[in-house]
Amino acid sequence: MKKNFRSHALALWDRGGMLVVFVLLFAGCALLIDNFAGPINLMEGLPLSISTRAMVCCTMLFCLASGAFDLSVGSVVACSGVVMAVVTNACLKGGSGQALALACGIAVGLASGALVGFANGVIIAKAKINALITTLATMQIVRGFAYIVADGKAVGIGAESFFQLGSSRLLRIPVPVWIAVACLVVFGLLIARTTYGRNTLAIGGNEEAARLAGIPVDRIRILIFTVQGLMAAFAGIVLAARMSSGQPTSQQGFELEVISACVLGGVSLSGGIGTIGNVVAGVLIMGTVQNAMQLKNVPPFYQYVANGLILLAAVLLDRFKQSQAERR
Amino acid sequence: MTDMVANLVPSPYLEFAGIGKEFPGVRALDRVSFAVDEGEVRALIGENGAGKSTLLKILSGVYRPTVGEVRIDGVPLPGGGTAGALAAGVAVIYQELQLVPELTVAENLFLGHLPARAGVVKRRELREKALQHLAILGEAIDPDCRVSRLSIGQRQMVEIAKALTRGAKVIAFDEPTSSLSEREVRKLFEIIGQLKRQGCVILYVSHRMEEIFAVCDSVTVFRDGRHVETFPTLEGVTHDRLVQRMVGRDIADVYGYRPHPVGEPLLEVESLTGPGLRAPVSFTLGAGEILGFFGLVGAGRTELLKLLFGATRATGGTIRLAGQECRIRSPRDAIRQGIAFCPEDRKDEGIVPVLSVQENLNLTARLGPGHSFLIDLTWERENAQEQVARLAVKTPSLGQLIRNLSGGNQQKVILARWLCQDLRVVLLDEPTRGIDVGAKSEIYSIIHDLAAKGYGVVVVSSDLPEVLGIADRIAVMSGGRLAGFVDRAEATEEALLKLALPTA
Repeated sequence: MKKNFRSHALALWDRGGMLVVFVLLFAGCALLIDNFAGPINLMEGLPLSISTRAMVCCTMLFCLASGAFDLSVGSVVACSGVVMAVVTNACLKGGSGQALALACGIAVGLASGALVGFANGVIIAKAKINALITTLATMQIVRGFAYIVADGKAVGIGAESFFQLGSSRLLRIPVPVWIAVACLVVFGLLIARTTYGRNTLAIGGNEEAARLAGIPVDRIRILIFTVQGLMAAFAGIVLAARMSSGQPTSQQGFELEVISACVLGGVSLSGGIGTIGNVVAGVLIMGTVQNAMQLKNVPPFYQYVANGLILLAAVLLDRFKQSQAERR
Repeated sequence: MTDMVANLVPSPYLEFAGIGKEFPGVRALDRVSFAVDEGEVRALIGENGAGKSTLLKILSGVYRPTVGEVRIDGVPLPGGGTAGALAAGVAVIYQELQLVPELTVAENLFLGHLPARAGVVKRRELREKALQHLAILGEAIDPDCRVSRLSIGQRQMVEIAKALTRGAKVIAFDEPTSSLSEREVRKLFEIIGQLKRQGCVILYVSHRMEEIFAVCDSVTVFRDGRHVETFPTLEGVTHDRLVQRMVGRDIADVYGYRPHPVGEPLLEVESLTGPGLRAPVSFTLGAGEILGFFGLVGAGRTELLKLLFGATRATGGTIRLAGQECRIRSPRDAIRQGIAFCPEDRKDEGIVPVLSVQENLNLTARLGPGHSFLIDLTWERENAQEQVARLAVKTPSLGQLIRNLSGGNQQKVILARWLCQDLRVVLLDEPTRGIDVGAKSEIYSIIHDLAAKGYGVVVVSSDLPEVLGIADRIAVMSGGRLAGFVDRAEATEEALLKLALPTA
């Protein structure tokens, strides 16, 4: 009876444990930090600060679930913003209208991200180079490319209407937050309810078995990375709208934040295990901690230390869960 | 019976005294007691899940027993995990060997206690000591060779030598022959004989009865975590008697062969070449025929199946299905043509361990015609329920992770993965490896059902009695070539072995 209770408790922890952690953390912050529970922070500050990460976490979930990961996302976010800004400005200079210029800029920005993702995918799936090396390389290439295109400086965007995307509100909540929520819903359905999602988990769980079961492993891997690149680019464009410029220096270390958030929420680093619930929990916990530190005016150097500790906690938790599962 | 053995000899060297082990919800061992003497080779047999592996893990210090204790030479085995057991002279040699592939043989032998001065390894001394220990086993292995370059059989010898360098006196083997060739098995038996003469206590876990009769002195039978019976000698004990004690019932005819009609040629393979084959292979498989493929390990049978299934690319030759030539370049192509494949290595190529039974079962079906991008959860659950019931898969629920199932039940789930498809040809690679007797006979009856439906069935097996028992016709491979065919009526062990052994 007692044993039974314990295994039930473990299963429950597996499913919703991290959400409970978030709720406790949230309650603690609300009680202890003055401005935390105010409407401005809850409807704007906190969700806005995690919206970019939440978006990219959606696709990183697929990467991790397939047993890989992608370090190039931070660079892609920065680069797509820059590319978008530069292309838009060039179109405006060429005399095209604002709408057309923006459309061109956004399209080229998205395409650049998708291209990087596609390249990652092809190299990893077809040339069998491991994801660490491949995306470490593209991370640097893309970052360099962002600097080159931007000539090392932030590129302001000359199309006012674009900033609406970053600053307007729906039901008092900023549009980028709605976009992130939409992404979470869409990718949550994709991973749980489609062959794309389930095949991804099967590949991460046992690639060879997946191949022999008739799953087109290489094609799915390429797709996962392409979608990842596309999503990072999209997030980069939304971010550029918020910052009203494309900034080549932005989002350094972003890839690690994204991966830590996923793992913290319970996505397995070794593949095969992951739900959108994990992502939501991880993003919320990490965002809350960072938000609390900012409100408390914790100096940035200490924030680095805290972020590192969170990452460490996340992988230790992953390890612990695995050893528990093996023992069971 | 056990107590008698214990009383006849004043002090048994290795003694399991009332060992019990409980996991949440499962009683893996229920107060097991028996003893083994010096110089005795004791077989531990039982179906999967009978408790043999748990017992070995307790012996090697991986698990602590819930009750009872292990005594070695009268002294209780100390706690302190595997290090404690090692210090007490216990070595367990598992199916998956515990060597570091990229280190040399010598380094592996002395892993953890390399001869060194001030942290610098004394290379020469290491080499000499390694040579000595390898010489005891009569093995000509270069101590400076990397382990990754050795054959599985050689690696096992290194593992045994490693146990001896640590002064092990109790040596347990867990399914040691499952990936060895015939010659390597003979070599292993010689060494076990030698260890026995040196007074070691040997525990031998295996599913292969003929090996037990060949190498063991006595047998302890387990069932459902309990000690059923210990036979102090194998004289007068028959194969059937042991099986009956293991299963707890009589299994009349394990193979259950029924003569059945063989129809038109279904699969015609002509001059197929590709990786792993040293000569073009041609054969025909009739509808409803069970074609066995026998050969030694490395004869090219697995490679042939992988070529047929598109898991590796053929370099030449043609494959015709029901008279129509087809190109198979990937497993997907093969599946579309109605070819199914159950791989030999269940753990690495068959199951997705972290997914549930239901997920594993529907992996292929959901990609087939009639299924969309969206997953039909209702259909998947119903399909899983139906197949699990049909093949009598023992699982607490459909949501159970497949890695928590026994080998036989995992194999049934993998078979079930294919059974809801429109099939024509089923390729099975060692479908009963590492599976207990009860589950084996269930798998055989599934194979017969497949043939009765008119599918062509190819069964690769290294188990001679099995091939003889289930196949209508047997193809024998040797050294990457098809050596010949033998019809069921003419098939004998000698005939098959003669073809299978490479001719000089």
